[in-house]
Amino acid sequence: MLQLSIFLENAKGRLAEVISLLAECKVNLRALSLADTKDYGVLRIIVDDPEGTALKLRERKVVVSLTPVWVLKVPDRTGGLAEVLNQLVQQDVVVEYMYAFVEKENEQALVVLRVQDKGIMEKAMQTLNLPVL
Amino acid sequence: MDLANNVSQETERTEEQWLEGLRKTVEMVLPIQHYQESYGAIGIKSATDIKSLKDFQKLPLTTKEDLRKNYPFGLFAEPMENIVRLHASSGTTGKPTVVGYTREDITLWARIVANSLKRAGVTKKDVVQIAYGYGLFTGGMGLHYGCEELGAIVVPISGGNTARQLMLMRDFGTTVLACTPSYALYLAESLEESGISRDELKLKIGVFGAEPWTEGMREEIEQRLGIKAYDIYGLSETMGPGVAMECPAHKGLHIDEHFYPEILDEEGNPLAVGERGELVITSLDKKGFPVLRYRTKDLTTLHYGTCSCGQVGWTMDRVSARVDDMLIIRGVNVFPSQIEEAILLEGFEPHYLLVVYRVGNLDQLEVQVEVNETSFFDEVRELEARQQRLHKRIEDVLGISVRIRLVEPKSIPRSEGKAVRVVDKRNKEVK
Repeated sequence: MLQLSIFLENAKGRLAEVISLLAECKVNLRALSLADTKDYGVLRIIVDDPEGTALKLRERKVVVSLTPVWVLKVPDRTGGLAEVLNQLVQQDVVVEYMYAFVEKENEQALVVLRVQDKGIMEKAMQTLNLPVL
Repeated sequence: MDLANNVSQETERTEEQWLEGLRKTVEMVLPIQHYQESYGAIGIKSATDIKSLKDFQKLPLTTKEDLRKNYPFGLFAEPMENIVRLHASSGTTGKPTVVGYTREDITLWARIVANSLKRAGVTKKDVVQIAYGYGLFTGGMGLHYGCEELGAIVVPISGGNTARQLMLMRDFGTTVLACTPSYALYLAESLEESGISRDELKLKIGVFGAEPWTEGMREEIEQRLGIKAYDIYGLSETMGPGVAMECPAHKGLHIDEHFYPEILDEEGNPLAVGERGELVITSLDKKGFPVLRYRTKDLTTLHYGTCSCGQVGWTMDRVSARVDDMLIIRGVNVFPSQIEEAILLEGFEPHYLLVVYRVGNLDQLEVQVEVNETSFFDEVRELEARQQRLHKRIEDVLGISVRIRLVEPKSIPRSEGKAVRVVDKRNKEVK
């Protein structure tokens, strides 16, 4: 799954501007997270058509990068996420960052994972056969 | 070899031959009150008092301030009825400096520029799009007359209106672009977004000048526009573009034989060949407004010898810094070009702005650099690492710490003429 990452300067109203731009492009945000530093932020979003959305944003002079991530279905109960993470750790997967969201139709808990090494993650996923979105 | 397009080659001149020309210029300016007074004060009453180049080097320097004091026409050497054209520098830092040309001066200038263009390989078959500003600034008109003298097809489009520039570049089959390096870069950037593909253009040569630029900037422009870029040098006070010009060897700029160059240190003492300092120019054979030992405020190095292109004579390194552009940050001299070089080396775009401000009594320099598709990474850590590397590189070069701020693309205003690289907020606070 590809995630869209958007560079945002720390300026009043900039986040709202970009989110409105996404609305104008009729993009439905399934999940988002915002990493912030002193001067800028990186907005990370999961959408249905990442490539098409990236194209539209680039036309509007927004800097976007497409990043491969994994979206895993997590059992929605106490310890559900811990179980999944522990399994991944055993397969030597190192997580760069992650964020979670819930799909309301099926009350499904989902986590977006960005890992350090794509190859290791691919192997781990084959071995563990974890449910993905 | 196309003999008709041969650049007129300078032959080696002896000290006596140089002196002959320099004395003529002294003779031209002596009737002017300003020179009479300053030269009289050191006992120079006639051109024949200049017996050697050493004597010549004792003559007082001419500065922009002298031109302002004699505003507008006080330093002209010909009666006004013989002047056919005026040009002036932008008076951003005071009154403009005004220069006048006789008919012969205009002809001479056209020949000099034509010769410069030949050096870059421009021929009468070329279509030259002049995107320098036309008007009081010498860039547009200077290139224009030079192109006509050469017999090339001139497209006098002037600066600005970028979409139209690109359309005509395609439709007219422009082969040569003349403008400032920063505008060339802006045109390259706009081309990528315009829907016009590079294959539709016949562009092959760029003649760029009127602002300091770095070798990294040249590579960037050459790569993005797919052309060979040549540096043309000149300033209105000495004539305009054409004072010096690069040849395909790219080993510095050949100084036209109608100008006598010197390099001086900060106190005005002559420096040896190969040493870096301020370029000082004396015009030869220029009649309306001859200049004697004019301080250009451009920092460069002079060389003398034979170039691989066959030219014998003076060359100067590309001007990458102007005395006026120098910022003093916490007592350290900083030139924007040093920062530009670091930015390009770290893989960022050459779109930057230097903002100087003061916190308490301490100068702060903020370097704003645009992030683009290639320099932006999803991981904040990687982005911060790149920012750190740029920070370190600039610190290594300047010896002071600056603040790096990554900004969104296209957020730094593009220039259609001379780029604005510095915003100094300290001056306002002082006044």
